[in-house]
Amino acid sequence: MPVIPGTGLVKGLGITLKTIIETTKPKKFGGGAATVQYPHEKELPPIRSRGVIALREENCTVCMLCVRSCPDWCIYIEGHKEKAPPRRAGGKPRTVSALDRFDIDYALCMYCGICVEVCPFDALFWSPEFEYSEPHIADLLHDKDKLGEWMETVPEAPELEAGADKKKK
Amino acid sequence: MMLSVHFPYAATSAFRVLGVIAAVLLPAGTAVYVYLFKMVSFMQSRLGPMETGPYGSMQLFAEVGKFLQKEDLVPEKADRVIFKAAPIVVLVSTFLVYLAVPFGPKALLANYDTGIFFALAVSSLSVLGILIAGWSSANKYSLMGGLRAAGQLIAYELPMVLAVVGVVIQAGTLNMQGIVTAQRHGAIFGWHGIDQPFVLTQFIGFFIFMVAAQAELTQTPFDMPVAESELVAGYMTEYSGFRFLLFFIGEFASAGAFAALAATLFLGGWALPGVPIGADYMNVIGPLVLFAKMMIIMFVIFWVRFTYPRFREDQLQRFAWKFLIPLSLANIMVTAILKVAF
Repeated sequence: MPVIPGTGLVKGLGITLKTIIETTKPKKFGGGAATVQYPHEKELPPIRSRGVIALREENCTVCMLCVRSCPDWCIYIEGHKEKAPPRRAGGKPRTVSALDRFDIDYALCMYCGICVEVCPFDALFWSPEFEYSEPHIADLLHDKDKLGEWMETVPEAPELEAGADKKKK
Repeated sequence: MMLSVHFPYAATSAFRVLGVIAAVLLPAGTAVYVYLFKMVSFMQSRLGPMETGPYGSMQLFAEVGKFLQKEDLVPEKADRVIFKAAPIVVLVSTFLVYLAVPFGPKALLANYDTGIFFALAVSSLSVLGILIAGWSSANKYSLMGGLRAAGQLIAYELPMVLAVVGVVIQAGTLNMQGIVTAQRHGAIFGWHGIDQPFVLTQFIGFFIFMVAAQAELTQTPFDMPVAESELVAGYMTEYSGFRFLLFFIGEFASAGAFAALAATLFLGGWALPGVPIGADYMNVIGPLVLFAKMMIIMFVIFWVRFTYPRFREDQLQRFAWKFLIPLSLANIMVTAILKVAF
């Protein structure tokens, strides 16, 4: 069938007109915008969204893998060795690493997630929390207490395919 | 004047100045809020400005305040005087178009015998403003934008004038008031229900006029001169603050001016069917009627603007010279033959 010239143009006008009508229709008739008015109403970000990196401090062994893998050098870790009581009575005291400082500079972070991937002890997690802007750029350097608070916002890891290990929080 | 009280010349002049400022700014501001802020948002399934005032109705004042705060920058190598004069030239051409538009039987600014000729002549002054804006900016993108604008506006001036010729032949006058009267006194095969707006007989002329107006306003799909993704807003690149605001007002005020012309030429202007044409109260109702018709025309302009992608430069020129101009010449011939025949 031959196409009449201009039908596509009319169709385009029809689509925009239909969208106007659908957006301006009252909510109870199935209308409304696709967007939300952000500060007044909030949408939950998707479960895997990369909002902020949270830290589970007790899992960290100060292995420095995250620091070395960070492309932006935005992770700062300082630690020291400590003597811990031996596992068995009469044994030699163990040497463990204690975390003194774990800072992430979110002014530098590019949210690549390599640190989360590389962490061998499940100490770093992605959280969908995104409302942590600051008026001063230096205030975006967050310490381990702040990173630990964000652990509460980390969602349960989604179900994986059968037989795979789920990442524990 | 419309009142029987005698005013001194200075007072009537002041009335006219205030009147034309209101006539330019009110439709422009309404178009910016209703169409640019709200309608385009609805087309994209969002709400647009909602915070400033009820439903964001005060947003425009916030924008104007923002522009007024910004620094009035002039590039170092720019031709300062011409650079600063260019937006004023554009805006003045828009103001002058409104001079010839009648708003009522006596509510008009100037009743020229060749009103529509005057309006089309001064509306092409804006090409000059755009060209010198692009040239004096000392910026290659601005120059490209200015030259594109000049080429496009000259190309589309022609079909616009030729489209109006059809209306003029049918009305038998170049006077805008006469064109309104001719439509008010017309009839569709003896039926006076809606009189005879020329859009019914000159529908090809209306189509050509609207397309050419879209191009004259450099609205999408004819926005090659201001193509922001390749020319960084073309001739407006170097403008900031108040002078950018003047260009911005000029863009929407001239949309209003062309809408007023189209409403007068094709939709019957300020006249209402069934209302005596010389009635005194039409001086108050007439402007409102014209405003409503302008809003309808502007709706179409912005509906098209926010629906279509951009023409390529050669397609744009080919469309004007190879399609619109022959079509408008044919329209003139057919109109002339039918005018003689009936």
